[in-house]
Amino acid sequence: MKPAKFDYVAPESLDEAIALLAANPDDAQIIAGGQSLTPMLNFRMAGAALLIDINRIVGLSGIRLGDDGAVHIGATTRHRDVELSPLVARHLPLVHAAMPYVAHVAVRNRGTIGGSLCLAEPSAEWPALCIACEAEIVLASPRGRRRVTAEEFPLAPYTTSREEDEILEEVIFPAWPANRRFGFEEVSRRAGDFAIIGIASVLDLGTDRRINAARIVAFGLGDRALLLDAPSAALLGRVPEEAAVAAAIACADEGLEFDSDFHASAAYRRRLVQRLVGRTLRAALGIKTEQDG
Amino acid sequence: MTQLIEVSMVVNGERRSALAEPRHSLAHFLRDKLRLTGTHLGCEHGSCGACTVLVEGRSVRACLMFAVQAQDANITTIEGIAQGDELSDLQRAFQRNHALQCGFCTPGQIMAATELLADNPDPSPDQVRHAMSGNICRCTGYVPIIDAILEVAAGRRESAAQQVAE
Repeated sequence: MKPAKFDYVAPESLDEAIALLAANPDDAQIIAGGQSLTPMLNFRMAGAALLIDINRIVGLSGIRLGDDGAVHIGATTRHRDVELSPLVARHLPLVHAAMPYVAHVAVRNRGTIGGSLCLAEPSAEWPALCIACEAEIVLASPRGRRRVTAEEFPLAPYTTSREEDEILEEVIFPAWPANRRFGFEEVSRRAGDFAIIGIASVLDLGTDRRINAARIVAFGLGDRALLLDAPSAALLGRVPEEAAVAAAIACADEGLEFDSDFHASAAYRRRLVQRLVGRTLRAALGIKTEQDG
Repeated sequence: MTQLIEVSMVVNGERRSALAEPRHSLAHFLRDKLRLTGTHLGCEHGSCGACTVLVEGRSVRACLMFAVQAQDANITTIEGIAQGDELSDLQRAFQRNHALQCGFCTPGQIMAATELLADNPDPSPDQVRHAMSGNICRCTGYVPIIDAILEVAAGRRESAAQQVAE
């Protein structure tokens, strides 16, 4: 339960960190919050000859509002700072609602958005939130900056499209439209545990008061956070009422495969997707009902 | 050639320094180098919360932070909670409510509760349960821990109100 030996460096600029990573292609690991990497180092499931600590890089963390209303969150911003940010509460209410579900307070005090996205844990909240908000991820390397959509970033469990010499620099969330509604639900065995299933739903209402955009994103499915195409499409053009919610629930699990494991059966997971799609959509639309989908 | 770093931090108000390898966790450093063994190691992978300390007033799993990362930081451990021989209100409430049996998780519980009450002096029972969910206990069944914390919160509000009245 102790890591193998490694060397340690804490650069004070992103350029220095990029150079260090490029100079040590097979041997170096970036450490930010360490809430996922350190357990792996302790178990010796991951190793590094050199740990590059990016926590001291000024300007790599922080939350700011762009002139266009976009919210920029720096890679080493702690989940806890996002949770407590009035700017996020006002301009990214979905993210604000989801933060209390991310692990436990002590983990949120250190863990970072960049670390969560680069880990690509299938049951994590951040990848799903970024997909729901159509966020863009900025990656920095010796070749300059590259942007990847949140949808394109996770490839498989613990695998992303980040190149080995790239460092995630910031995440950009487009301005939250005034006509957007959202819902967020997550089920786990104990508060703070990994999600069994979680759903983040955003709906945009047109001037005709019909749903003109819908993104229902699931996490905990097994491979990666996933935009659920069928129920999202089922909502388009519809009047925002219970009938629309029912239509989305009916196809919520379309095309999805579920596994049974120690925590939950496949059937339970399938049922959770249906119920949580229903609950998040009702929350988004302000519908209260006895039924629960 | 093992890299050895002089790590210096303020622990419970006192500047402490020792040599550490980069791979030494903050928990290892506190326990083995500084002989502050009140911080316990339960799982060494961030699941149990027994190693919880405060870094700049924020709860941290000391097994998931390397000592070198705490260079020049302000650390509070369980050893810094009592005032000499005088137990804090939280410690006394734990004692009164039987919120500990074997005591292994207790330092972590106290540190997490300290942060909770600093952030939220008037938590609901559900808020206490949620905030304390990262600290596992094998002995008590948790209820007495929640009770102790709520009792302290109520007690502090009452003395604050009395002070205002005086």
